Amino acid sequence: MNDRTMRDELQTVAYYPGCALEGTGHAYNRSTKRIAKKLGLNLVEIDNWNCCGAMEVKNIDPEVQNYLSVRNMAIAKHKMGMDVVMAPCNGCYHNLKKAEHDVTHKEETRKTLKKMADKTGQPEYKPGDVETIHALDWIKHAIGEENLASRVKHSLSGLKIANYYGCMYTRPRHIFPEKDQGEGSESTSKPHFMDDLLRAAGAEIVEFPLKTACCGGAHTLSDCDTSTRLVLNILQAAEVCSADVIATECPTCHSGLEMHQIRAEETLGVKTQPVMLYFTQLLGLALGISPRQLGIHENISQSLGLLRQKGLV
Amino acid sequence: MPIHEESLIRPENLRKHEELNIDNVDVSGHWSTFIETRSVADYNENLEREISAFPGGAYIHRCWQCGACTNSCTVNAINPDFNPRYWIYLARLGMEQELLRDKEIIWQCVSCHRCTHVCPRDVEPEGVMKALSHWLEAKGHTPKSQSQHFDEEFYQQILETGKIEEGRIVRNFFNRTGQPLKQPWLIRMVKNLIRGLPIMLMFKMGLSTLFRPKTKDWSKSKHSIEELIEMRELERKKILEGNEAS
Ligand code: SF4
Ligand code: SF4
Repeated sequence: MNDRTMRDELQTVAYYPGCALEGTGHAYNRSTKRIAKKLGLNLVEIDNWNCCGAMEVKNIDPEVQNYLSVRNMAIAKHKMGMDVVMAPCNGCYHNLKKAEHDVTHKEETRKTLKKMADKTGQPEYKPGDVETIHALDWIKHAIGEENLASRVKHSLSGLKIANYYGCMYTRPRHIFPEKDQGEGSESTSKPHFMDDLLRAAGAEIVEFPLKTACCGGAHTLSDCDTSTRLVLNILQAAEVCSADVIATECPTCHSGLEMHQIRAEETLGVKTQPVMLYFTQLLGLALGISPRQLGIHENISQSLGLLRQKGLV
Repeated sequence: MPIHEESLIRPENLRKHEELNIDNVDVSGHWSTFIETRSVADYNENLEREISAFPGGAYIHRCWQCGACTNSCTVNAINPDFNPRYWIYLARLGMEQELLRDKEIIWQCVSCHRCTHVCPRDVEPEGVMKALSHWLEAKGHTPKSQSQHFDEEFYQQILETGKIEEGRIVRNFFNRTGQPLKQPWLIRMVKNLIRGLPIMLMFKMGLSTLFRPKTKDWSKSKHSIEELIEMRELERKKILEGNEAS
């Protein structure tokens, strides 16, 4: 089954890091590039990219948000000749997918965006010009579990991991037509790509019911109390599932969990044990890359102690 | 009409009688609780149209009140008063006053997209929540929410440079909303952050406050975004003013 889903064309993809990966998500950027190198995959950064608008610009106007996304996609296709855009951030990934959905299905969006492209002298983006994938799709389909397992130097065995995917990776389902397509495809209710990869790296994956619960990321700062409550749900659920680590695949989720873990401790006096690591950092460790090169010391959540104790560092 | 489920009725609409005799039948006790009869005279017949003019509200007319959105809602799970289905119902009926009772919490939608995920009618209720909160602000029913401040700060930075710089967003947001940056949890977080950062990265982040990250040749994009926003604002203004005139 694994082989059927392997895709050669993913060896070289256009890379859209997005703003968060140049700021708080720096370690995610770093570890993604590191494992790409180790696995022999090529990332070509989109030339002169712009912000995707995150979760904010659509509230000012949804078509402006779409414009921001398609500008990047059009550059990848028409200026760089790439067919696949890989975005590790759930927000970027979601927005590019949403734009693809809207240009495919909404006449009005196509017209508005065509006008804007003409005015700015950019190539028009047409439905299907590129395929947008997440970092999880990319490792899963360019390398696959078997291949990954054969390259593991330090097995993650003994590490109990809860995989947290958040909202934007699976919802709403209509912008992800490739998901929920049966065997081998990703599920929007019980996503498993991260589980598959980390299991192949030797980790013990715990059954975690809050995989796609919301961390309140949209209001991390504008409604702190709600966010703290939502994050605390996630952290405590992971604790109950006896997870040592919550693996993440989004810079906003990741820093949201880190920030509100501290805030819950400071403002509510509730301390929780799990530490947060990007799935790319975990895979990197398994592949024998040093923690420093993976930016593990850059995380706010301090995980080196645990990793040492488990013999992974 | 006597009722059992008192918890579903707002207390001010409940009428209880100590002793009550209707048509020679004694209905004191359990059967003596009634809902106040009321007639609504102040419909805003254009309410749905007004709300659909705000970003995210375009598909409100599709709703058939199945309730899936509220059932799935993240915020509803921590605050039962947060009820997207009900607000869509009120908006479509034009019951502005009733809607205003919840004006303080509507902005709290966390955009988790559970509702949009499950909605069988593609209403995109998440967008409707954003439209409702913008409408509340535009009509002067609520001051700008924290969330709106955040969105605007974000939008401004993208408009100017094509990119955002998180540190700047946080600082400006705290400034705009008058919150202190010296909160214990923030301080501890920053300490944890700084402890691990390599000198070069800190240097770079320091520099980025001087030399902001930018998308090159952005000015044309900026103009065409501004043009679109101006057009949309004009359309909205017409709808809101037109309604007030009628
Ligand atoms: S899920 Fe959709 S159709 Fe059902 S009540 Fe909510 S908005 Fe209306
Ligand atoms: S997007 Fe908002 S309204 Fe919809 S389920 Fe999430 S919190 Fe509730």
